[in-house]
Parts: sequence; C-alpha cells; structure tokens
Amino acid sequence: MNPFSPSDSIRSWGGVLKAPHHVARPGWRSELSRLVLSGRQQGYRLLACGLRRSYGDSGLNPHEGLIDMTGLDRMITLDPATRRIRVEAGASFDAILQVIVRQGLFLPVTPGTRFVTVGGAIANDVHGKNHHRHGTIGRWVRRLGLLRSDGLELDLAPDDPSGLFQATIGGLGLTGVITWAEIELMPIASAMMDVENIPFGKLDEFFTLAADSEDAFDYTVSWIDCLSGGERLGRGIFTRGNHAGTGSILPDRGNTLLTMPVNLPGLAMNRYSISAFNALYVWNGRRKSGTARTGLHPFFYPLDSIGRWNRMYGRNGMYQYQSVVPAAVQKEATHDMLKAISASGQGSFLAVLKTFGDVASPGLLSFPAPGTTLALDFPNRGDVTLKLMGRLDAIVREAGGRLYPAKDGRMSAAMFQAGYPAWQEFAKYVDAGFSSHFWKRVSQI
Amino acid sequence: MRLIVLGATSSIAAATARLYAADGATILLVGRDQDRLEQTAADLAIRGAERVETALCDLAAPQDAQRQFSDFSARIGGVDHVLLAYGILGDQADAERNLAAAEDILRVNFNSATAWALAAANLLERQGRGSLVVIGSVAGDRGRRANFIYGAAKAGLAALMEGIAHRFADKGPRAVLIKPGPTVTPMTEGMNRSGALWASPEQVAQIVYRRAFRGGPVAYAPGFWRIIMLVIRNLPSFIFNRMEI
Repeated sequence: MNPFSPSDSIRSWGGVLKAPHHVARPGWRSELSRLVLSGRQQGYRLLACGLRRSYGDSGLNPHEGLIDMTGLDRMITLDPATRRIRVEAGASFDAILQVIVRQGLFLPVTPGTRFVTVGGAIANDVHGKNHHRHGTIGRWVRRLGLLRSDGLELDLAPDDPSGLFQATIGGLGLTGVITWAEIELMPIASAMMDVENIPFGKLDEFFTLAADSEDAFDYTVSWIDCLSGGERLGRGIFTRGNHAGTGSILPDRGNTLLTMPVNLPGLAMNRYSISAFNALYVWNGRRKSGTARTGLHPFFYPLDSIGRWNRMYGRNGMYQYQSVVPAAVQKEATHDMLKAISASGQGSFLAVLKTFGDVASPGLLSFPAPGTTLALDFPNRGDVTLKLMGRLDAIVREAGGRLYPAKDGRMSAAMFQAGYPAWQEFAKYVDAGFSSHFWKRVSQI
Repeated sequence: MRLIVLGATSSIAAATARLYAADGATILLVGRDQDRLEQTAADLAIRGAERVETALCDLAAPQDAQRQFSDFSARIGGVDHVLLAYGILGDQADAERNLAAAEDILRVNFNSATAWALAAANLLERQGRGSLVVIGSVAGDRGRRANFIYGAAKAGLAALMEGIAHRFADKGPRAVLIKPGPTVTPMTEGMNRSGALWASPEQVAQIVYRRAFRGGPVAYAPGFWRIIMLVIRNLPSFIFNRMEI
C-alpha cells in the first residue's frame, strides 16, 4: 500500500501558508528506508516534520512528500550515570521532561515551547534563555542517525570528518531524515526555579541588566513593549533565573489550561488590544517584580498554557520575525528596529529581547551569533506587514545581522544569503532527494 | 497494576501502555514481531513502567488460548487489566471475491479475538476482579459497502463484549468495548486523513485507559462518534443506501 496519503491543507504554526502535501506517518524506524525509497520512486522530494512549530515555510514542502515523524517517538535508552538519553527523532521535549526531571535531569537547552520534537530541535539548532551559558542544542547532541534518500542510514557524531554532522545541525531537514539522536542532559537539584523580574523603563537599561546578569544567572530573557514610542520606547520586564538548589524534584503536570478551539476573527489582534495587553503585562510585571520561586513550566513554557495559541491570530495567521544583530552595533540597531515598529503602529503581542553569548554554534546554518536577538510576531495584514518587515530587514542587514529560518516565511534570497555566508558550503550537503518551500525560495541565485 | 497487552505493537495499544507505564505498572507485551516488542518494551521501561516483559505469539492463531493466557498471566505474577488491541482492516474489494481473504478478516478480528477474550474473561471471573478492554470499531455499528466484512467482525465482537459485560455484571470484573472512529494508525495508511473526524492514537488511548477503570461497557473514541453513529444507525435504508459513506 502507498504509505503517502494526500492531505490538502497542511499549515505551519504561523498559518500564513496552507498547502497540499503527500504525507506518510511511519510507526517504526525499520520502515523508514523503504518509505524514503517509495517517496522518491513516486517522484516526491521529501522533508521530515515533527510537531510543526516552525512558523513559516521551513517545515512545508508543498505538493511534495512530508514524513510525519511524530509516530517515531520512542525512548531508546536512558543512562542517568552518563546523563545520556537516546530517543527516536519524533520524541517531544514534553515527553522527555516527563521522564528525566524526576531523575534530577533537565534539557541542557530548551526553546520556549516543550511541544517540539528532538529531530525538529536539532534541524533548527534551537536556543533558549541560557544561550550565554550553553549555546544551542546542537552542542549537546552526541550522536544522531541520518537517513539519506538512497535509503542508507548514517550514524554521525560531532567529530564526523565528512562535515555532514555540522550540516545537519541547524540544517532544516535538508540533509536527510534525522531518525534518532543521543543528547547529553544536565543535572538539576530540584524542579523549581528561582526567578527575578525587573521592570525597566528604556532600552539602555535592558543592556545594562543583561550585562550585569550573565555571570550570576543561567537564564535571562526579557519582554518588551514595542507599541510605546517616545519616552517609553523599549520599556519592558527583564527576567532572570537559576535552577533552585532545593525543592521538589517532581515535574510539573501539564500546564495547558485551555486550548483555542477555533481561529479568532482576524481583527481580534489590533493595535488597541495589543496595546491594552502590553499595559496589563507591564502592570502585572511591576506587581510581581522581585524574586519568586516557580515551577519549570511557568518559567520555561508560559505560552504552552494556551493550546493552539496561534489561532488567536485568526485565519490570516501571523508572521514571526526573529533577528540577531552583532554585539558591536546591537544598541543602535535594536533601537532603530523598535522605533520602526512603534512608528508603524503594528504592534507585536509577544516581543522578546535577549542577548546571545559568544558560545559558538555548531551548525553551518545555525542562527545564534554573539549579539542581541529580537523576536516579534505580527498579525498578517498583507502588504503593510510585509513592508514593515522589509524596513526591519534593511536595519538588520545594515547591522550585519540575520534572521532565524525557523521563524521566517518571507525573507528574500538576498537577505538569507547575506546573513548566512556559509550557505553555499551548506548547499553541498543538501540531499537532492529533499526539499522545502523555504529552501527553494532562499537558495535561488 | 499488572497489564497484559494482546497486540502490543498496535499504535493504540502502545499509546495506552504508556499511560500505564507512567503509573508504574508491570506490563506484558504480546505480539509476533520480537524487534518491535523490544522497542516498545524499552520505551515503556524508560517512561516509568516497573517491569516490562515480552511474549512472542501469533495471536491470530491461538493454539490453546486458555492455557496460553494463563502462561501470560503467570509471566507477570497475575493480571489486573487486559487490553486486546490487534486487528486487520483487510481489503474489502478483494475479500468480496476471494472468500479465503474474507475468512481471514473474520478469523483475525473475530474468531481469534473471541478465544482470547473468553480466556481472559474466565481468568478475571475466577479472581473476581480486573478489567478486560477490547478495541472494536464504529464500522461494527452499521454495515456499509466500504468495509462491511471488517465491520461484521467488529459487530460480532461488540455482541461478544456485551455478553461478557452482562456475565460480569454481578461478579466484579469489568468488560468494555471501545469503538474508535478513523484513527491515524498504520491500519489507515494511504487514506486521505484530512478533516476533523480523524483522531490520534493518543486521543483514543486516553479513553481506553479511563474506561479500563470506570464507566459503561461501550465507549466511542472520541466521544462524539456516539452521536454520529446514533444518527447513522437510525437512518432509514432508503436514505442510507443512497449515501456515499
């Protein structure tokens, strides 16, 4: 039987693009090789996907083959002594946390949602609030399985002389299917976090706080209000934290309180509602400023408390925009970006600012670089939204920065190629049997 | 808690076993592919199962189900819950012409399942407690041209489980039939899975697990299928027979 089923409307997390795919959902690793060959024989170029949290088109492969890896989500081995866990690529961070936290272990790097697969995390070389300490997840991958379109599975380690390991870390699934991975975990003494929230009034204060916090805090991040201009430009709340030395080791139960049942009307996210939200958030942040002890979920995964939160942006979806600009020009560039956003009146509901440390990223296409990253999301209003992002592109490019492919659904090929000088080197490792909408778009010369 | 899973490499069974594993259960996985049983066992052990054993057995061809089932039970020191989750969809078009294929569908989904269900029921009745959960299908609620041979086997299973539940009524153990709607499992590979009616094995597993402990003898999974099938069962033939479903 043909393992690929037609599926007419696969959307990514941002929801802007919707396209038909031929989808296969294997249940066993032993089926993968045959599956890849079958897809190739039917003329599909392939792409593996996981929980589909990529916002734009890096996880889409319209009219081609998609291998849904979420059925390959088994734990393979866990050795608490060496702190290594080996799992199938479709295993989620959520499932891993349910197993490891009670053993006094934690993921060395985690993004802002735990509903990502290990394969997806590696393919996007994700980072977290502790980038200044631990770098990206790719630095913690000890081995991985990679299935190429010829049906052969390779066992790769960081010292792989062919360079394929470095291409696969952050390689957006284009070097083949990541089938399993072994990750080194970090020890924790409790499942609690000691957290401090510090409201700040303008951008300069953010940079001072960030510089002062990096030595004493494992995790730093801040939220900023990007609708307020003038005096209040760049006001926000700086959050820093450490794993607590004492306290319960039992993991949090799921924190998903409610799930958006349907798309909200597109108008729900407007400058007034976002402005009101931001005012409330600032007020709440001031109220809660100071130190507190919280669980892991509220600290690492606040947004996971609303299932399918992307539906708040309605049928037209939203764009994410995440940039990094080099440390030397980070103050000016970030200031200019916030000014452009505030002037446009197109607020971002979730605006996150963080300084990256200088821990080198292992992948050829890894996003993080020393400097400051700004993550924004914009309701899709068509041209005006694209124009604003175009203005931001100009600032980022001028600063010598780049954008995060996992968040992108529209950057120009020139913008991508300027930001990722190693892209042509990377292209040599792309398996000709694989493709994505993103790659077709940005690899054009 | 000690669980025996008959057909342990099915996606619904494996997803259900994970819920037991998270509660520290002892689990025996029965199936006919040793490699897959072992992969499943390793996963469940890491997810918190107290102990996981595997038993290789072609469930579609029981030799002496009563004795074999007693052996299963002895392997993990007795049994509290039994989940019967194997089955095949078969190829309806082929089975209508090729009667051996039709008999295969019945033999796997009904005859052999009956042997195992009765063997389990006898043991649970003797010990006066425990729970037997069998995976049926909404296809058993009304025969339709797309899959009525499979549906007939599942309808038979429904009557069997009703009877066992009736027999258990004043004796302690529980007997439950779960009727999943279309689920994203290897059984439905190749079908167009777009649309809101498709469920994941994890969604079905939640219901299987919950119903092993409490509730009536029949459960649809997800629950909305109860309403849909109520309508479909009650459609007059002159309407139903004109529908392309």
